[in-house]
Amino acid sequence: MTGESPLLEVREVSLSFRGVRALSHVTFHVGRGELFSIIGPNGAGKTSMLNCISGRYTPTEGRVVIDGRDVTAMKPSARAGLGIGRTFQNLALFNHMTVLDNIMVGRHHLLRNNVATGSLYWFVGAQREELAHRRQVEEIIDFLEITPIRKAIAGTLPYGLRKRVELARAVALKPHLLLLDEPMAGMNLEEKEDMARYINDLNAEWGMTVVMIEHDMAVVVDISDRVLVLDFGRKIAEGEPDAVMADADVKKAYLGVDAEDDRAAPAAAAQ
Amino acid sequence: MAQALTRCGDFKTSYRADTTIFPSARSRAFALVGVALLIAAPLQIGGFSVLSDYWITLLIQIGYLAIAALGLNVLVGFTGQISLGHSAFFGFGAFASAYLNNTYGVPVFFSIPLAALWTTAVGLIVGIPAGRIKGLYLAIATLASQFILQDFFARADWFTGGSSGSLAAPFAVFGYQISGDRQYFYVVLAYLVVMYLLAANLMRSRDGRALVAVRDHYLSAEVMGVNLTKYRVLSFGISSFFAGIGGALYAHYLQYVSVEAFDILLSIQFLGMVIIGGLGSIMGSLLGTIFMVLLPEAMSWAVNILRATDWGNVPSIVNGLAFLKQAAIGLAIVLFLIFEPDGLAHRWRQIKAYWKLYPFSY
Ligand SMILES: Nc1ncnc2c1ncn2[C@@H]1O[C@H](COP(=O)(O)OP(=O)(O)OP(=O)(O)O)[C@@H](O)[C@H]1O
Ligand SMILES: [Mg+2]
Repeated sequence: MTGESPLLEVREVSLSFRGVRALSHVTFHVGRGELFSIIGPNGAGKTSMLNCISGRYTPTEGRVVIDGRDVTAMKPSARAGLGIGRTFQNLALFNHMTVLDNIMVGRHHLLRNNVATGSLYWFVGAQREELAHRRQVEEIIDFLEITPIRKAIAGTLPYGLRKRVELARAVALKPHLLLLDEPMAGMNLEEKEDMARYINDLNAEWGMTVVMIEHDMAVVVDISDRVLVLDFGRKIAEGEPDAVMADADVKKAYLGVDAEDDRAAPAAAAQ
Repeated sequence: MAQALTRCGDFKTSYRADTTIFPSARSRAFALVGVALLIAAPLQIGGFSVLSDYWITLLIQIGYLAIAALGLNVLVGFTGQISLGHSAFFGFGAFASAYLNNTYGVPVFFSIPLAALWTTAVGLIVGIPAGRIKGLYLAIATLASQFILQDFFARADWFTGGSSGSLAAPFAVFGYQISGDRQYFYVVLAYLVVMYLLAANLMRSRDGRALVAVRDHYLSAEVMGVNLTKYRVLSFGISSFFAGIGGALYAHYLQYVSVEAFDILLSIQFLGMVIIGGLGSIMGSLLGTIFMVLLPEAMSWAVNILRATDWGNVPSIVNGLAFLKQAAIGLAIVLFLIFEPDGLAHRWRQIKAYWKLYPFSY
C-alpha cells in the first residue's frame, strides 16, 4: 500500500452486547506515524473500540480497515501478522514465564521454527533463529530499561514494571500499529513520565503509529497529535488536543467527572 | 525482587550460553554423571552385577513410563489442559508398534517411531474438541476417549489380537537382536535421553513458548499471534507422540501386549506422576515417575522387613500394609496436592539453590 492511505480506518463501527450499545456509528482514521489518543469517561466504549481493532470483538456493524485491507472478520491471531501490537487495560502478562520469554512470545509471528524444528533445535537452524531474535529483543529490553529484571518471573514484579514488560512484549511484535489501553493507569508521576517518553520515542524514532487510551489529560495533550473523544459509545469530538479540550460537548461530558476519581474507579468493564 | 536479580556466581557471556538447557555448568555435569552411571548400571563383570535384575526391571519401567509422563506434562503442565485418557495413547503406541512389525514386517527399530506418529494422529483427532472446550468438559471428553479407545482395543482383533492380545518382537538394530533386559535397558535409556532433550528444546523455542502462553493468558497469547485452536490441539498431538514412544518401548520390552493393561487407573497414575513430579517441569516428570514406580516397591520392602520381625506375626498389620500399598498412590497424590503442590521438581530446585553457592549461599 502507498503511504497516502491512512494506516487505520474505522468506518461506522457499532457494537452491542445483548441490548447494551457499547459503540454507535463511530468513524475515524489514523494516519501513518500519528500518535492518536482516545479519551472519554468510564464506560464510554474506549476499550471496546480497541478490541474491535485488535480483533477481540467483531463489530455488529461497520468495518475496520488496516493498511487498505478490510480486517473486520479477521481473527486476532492473524492480525498480529499484519503488525498490530497491543497492551491491555488490566495486566495480561504470562505470569509464570520469565520477562524474557514473555517478550519472546511477541516474536511468535516472526519466528519460523515449529514443533519439529524447535525440538531438534541444533541441527535445523532453530537455534540460530532463536538467538538472532533474542538479540533484537535485548534491544527492546535495553530501550525500556528492564535489563536487570529480564530473568524474573513476570508475575512476581511490581505493577509499574509489569506494565512496562507488557509494552516490551507488544513492541517485540514489530508492530506498525501499536494499541495501548491506559498504559499509565495506576502509575506514580515518575513512572508516568518514563512511560510517556517511551511512547513518544516509539512513535517518533521507531516509527510506530500509536493509538492510546489514556485518562491523564495532561499527558494526552502533551504527546498526542490528534484526539478522539467518545461518550456513551458515540464520537463527540475529534481533532488536535487543544481544540478538542476547548470543545463544549467535551467539557459537558467531563463535567462533574473528576479525572482522579475516574482512574480510581474499578475498571470492571475492562476486556 | 531478590530472585529478580541474577545470583552471584551465575554469569553469562553470550546469549547462546544464556539459552542452554541446563541453567549452569554444574547442573549439566550432574546430568551427564547421571547418564554415565546409568550406562554402567547393567554391566556385569565376571559374576559381579552393578545392579540386580530386579533393579534393571524397575529402571526400564521408569524409563518408558517417564517418557509418557513427560508427554502428559506437556499437555497438562505446560499447556494447562487436562487428559484423563493418557493411558489409551500409551496403549495405542504399544499395539501400533507390534502391529506394524507383525503385519507389515516393519523392523522394530522403525516401528517404534512410526507407531508414535500414528499415536500422534489419534491424539490430534481426540484433541480436536480441546480447540473448543476447556476444564471439566474437556476432562469428560478425554475420559470418553479413554473408554472409546479401550473398547476399540477389545474389539479390533485385527489390530490388537482382541482378548488374546498381541505378541511383540524383541528389539533389533540392523540385524543385531537385543537379548535380555540388560541390553534392552540401553534402548530405553537412549530414548529417554533423546525424548527429554527434544522436550527441553521444544520448551525453549517458539511453539513451546506458545503452549505456555496459552496456559498463562490465552487472550493475550491470541493477540501475540498464537492461534489458540491450533496450539490446544497440537498439545494433544505432542503429548500422544511421547505416549506412543513410551507405549511402543513397553510393548517390545514385555513382548506381549494385553488389552486390559491400559485402563483409567493407569491414566490416573500418569496424572499422579506429573502432579507429584511438578506440573510444567521437564525433570519433574522423571522424578514423579521414579516416585510412582518406587512407592509400591518401598511398601513391599516395608512389608517384608516387618514380616521378619515379631510384628510379622500379627496378620492384621501385614494385611493392612498390603492393602495400603493399593491406597498409597492415591494418598501420595492427595498429600502432594496439599503440601507440595509444586511437586518434587520444586523441592529439588530449592536444594540445588542451596548447594549451588555453598558455603556462600544466601
Ligand atoms: N464483554 C462485554 N459484555 C457486556 N458488556 C460489555 C462488554 N465489554 C464492554 N461492555 C460494556 O460496554 C460499555 C463500554 O465498555 P468499555 O470497556 O469499552 O469502556 P471504556 O471506555 O474502556 O471504560 P473504562 O474507562 O472504564 O475502561 C460498558 O457499558 C460495558 O459495560
Ligand atoms: Mg477501558
